[in-house]
Amino acid sequence: MKNQLSCYSHTHKVIYSLIVILLLFSSCKKAESVAENSETIKTHGELVATLTSPPNVPRSVGKRAAKKLLVNMEVLEKEGTMTNGVTYNYWTFGGSVPGSFIRTRIGDEVEFTLKNHPDNKLPHNIDLHAVTGPGGGATSSFVAPGHEITFSFKTLNPGLYVYHCATAPVGMHIANGMYGLILVEPKGGLPPVDREYYIMQGDFYTKGKNGEPGLQSFDMQKAVDENADYVVFNGSVDALTGDNAIVAEVGETVRLYVGNGGPNLVSSFHVIGEIFDKVHVEGGSLVNENVQTTLIPAGGAAIVEFKVDVPGTFILVDHSIFRAFNKGALGMLNVTGEEKKDIYSGTIQEGIYHPEGSGIQEMPNGKKEVVAVETVKSLEEQMTAGKQIYSQTCFACHQAEGQGIPNAFPPLAKSDYLNADITRAIDIVLNGKSGEITVNGQKYNSVMTRQVISSEEIADVLTYVYHSWGNNKTVVTTKMVNTVKNKH
Amino acid sequence: MKTIGLTLAILFLSFSMAEAQVSPMVTIKGGSYIPLYGSDSSQVKVSTLKMDVYPVTNQQFLDFVKEYPRWKRSNVKGLFADKNYLSTWKNDTIFGQNFDKDAPITNVSWFAAKNYCECQNKRLPTIDEWEYAAMADEQLADARQKETYNQYILSWYETPKTNTNKIGSTFKNYWGVYDLHGLVWEWTGDFNSVLISGESRKDVDKDSNLFCGTAAIGATDLMNYAAFMRYAFRGSIKANYAMRNLGFRCVKEIPNEEL
Repeated sequence: MKNQLSCYSHTHKVIYSLIVILLLFSSCKKAESVAENSETIKTHGELVATLTSPPNVPRSVGKRAAKKLLVNMEVLEKEGTMTNGVTYNYWTFGGSVPGSFIRTRIGDEVEFTLKNHPDNKLPHNIDLHAVTGPGGGATSSFVAPGHEITFSFKTLNPGLYVYHCATAPVGMHIANGMYGLILVEPKGGLPPVDREYYIMQGDFYTKGKNGEPGLQSFDMQKAVDENADYVVFNGSVDALTGDNAIVAEVGETVRLYVGNGGPNLVSSFHVIGEIFDKVHVEGGSLVNENVQTTLIPAGGAAIVEFKVDVPGTFILVDHSIFRAFNKGALGMLNVTGEEKKDIYSGTIQEGIYHPEGSGIQEMPNGKKEVVAVETVKSLEEQMTAGKQIYSQTCFACHQAEGQGIPNAFPPLAKSDYLNADITRAIDIVLNGKSGEITVNGQKYNSVMTRQVISSEEIADVLTYVYHSWGNNKTVVTTKMVNTVKNKH
Repeated sequence: MKTIGLTLAILFLSFSMAEAQVSPMVTIKGGSYIPLYGSDSSQVKVSTLKMDVYPVTNQQFLDFVKEYPRWKRSNVKGLFADKNYLSTWKNDTIFGQNFDKDAPITNVSWFAAKNYCECQNKRLPTIDEWEYAAMADEQLADARQKETYNQYILSWYETPKTNTNKIGSTFKNYWGVYDLHGLVWEWTGDFNSVLISGESRKDVDKDSNLFCGTAAIGATDLMNYAAFMRYAFRGSIKANYAMRNLGFRCVKEIPNEEL
């Protein structure tokens, strides 16, 4: 009976499709041309798709013919790191946020198998924006934990598309990281470039506010209010900074596949110090040139291309700028190679500008004395706290291993200048520093602003710095910091 | 006097331990509630009934399998249970090493769960009965508006591997029932009456009481998120599925004259 039923509905489907095809042919000649072309592409042979986790992308399809492409993707619910000291239960396609990058060409017949790991609690599915069909595949891919499901689709339109989970509650599945990108290349592939990377923005809503340590659970109310605690590239605050920065060499062309998983926020994607030579607007066929910032909608994507002309660290941001500097939407592209002074000179001269003379810079403070409330912390506690403060406050200039940035920011690692004078070091953190100094034989002429952090935090971060990277292991106490503070 | 009290207490204790074998039950007083996000007009009545205090345990199910060998892993028909049925067990009559005898049984199909309850002269709860009893937290019969209640459930949905915890390790609710949230999903008798197609955004538009929820997805209806996830889960399963996070408990109707 069941068989008969399904046969029956199948016949109906065929009839409907016939009607649809007939309608298409009879009434809509213009639309026919594009769709028909890709629909009639024949596939030759089978291929198991290579999937990569961000920021990597699989090799270009090149000149290969359209094939039956087998994609196997596993859904994993797992704990991961959001930022130093903060963890989150991510739901992932293929174990990463964003999910594995899928690379296809136009006319491919994708046979997609979605596997839901038995340890998972929830059913999942996948909606690929590259699919022409109900729910983008979601209707056919709803799969319970411990099961797998297969469906297939033909890629009809070239472009860069988002995929995501569409199981109830949809917002929560996306907010927990269930999104990624699928690229449909035109025949012959996209023009070759030197470097390709995969970057996807997402907003996260946690019970504790940004930086609050420990395992953070998803906060539905904040998600409904669109009040994000973290806005990040590739699933975590440090996914694209420090050792994880993406790299290129001077003179190379770089192509970024940039997506935005949302769930809520729209991204104003910008690379500080670069101009996009080309942008495939919204991931489609329209190419814009010489773009500073490109808008990437939630559930949308863009392909940006540029040539890197000078060395340095280029910062990738969502130019809704508080997201970048306060919520994590910041990545780094390290470009190495020879300086090109004619394109960018670097700082020629720098000083402090005081329009009212060198006097007042802040509101006068009636009582200067700071009362010392000494909380006794173990070295271990200081180190843990210090590391966190370092990664939030100092990291951007002095870098992950305290190595600094040549010619710009002096190193803290094995630093003779630092180790020579502790009071001076405290004073610099408290009050900032400008002018020429010599560190490890290298001259620096730069500005460090005063840091608005508490005495205890200064003590912790300096203790961390002094106990790291070959420094002299000084323990800095809150009292020492207050002593320096009160001298002024 | 004290000694007598103590002896009595011990007696009582050992008595209730023995009782545990047949699974203690408590009475859930009937009433009506609005399931998921229906409107006022879709109040559902639930009659008074008895519910197992705990989910069925590994040990209890093992005893059942021994008594009814047709439910042994090697005997069970594919129609009634898929290949995951008791797949964590060492063999037909020894459960897996990492599993406590007092942890909830999982990897059982709907058919097995249903038959288990029947053999105890009980039955599986309906979705409405289950949801009605599970609205309660420690203090309230209907705690669905409480933020802490919802947060507890949502954070459980995100916590891995809770199925190996012992029964009774979560909270005792208003009715005296444990573990409705926080341990494992539970089979319901009519789980497959849920009309979730897997395309949840489409379901929202369905003209049925359960899913006319478009207007209800507002900030005031956070409670539905947890329920929505349960309904989505139920919509994704089939009666022969045996899953690592899915167990069950039984209920018993109370004959009219007892009420």
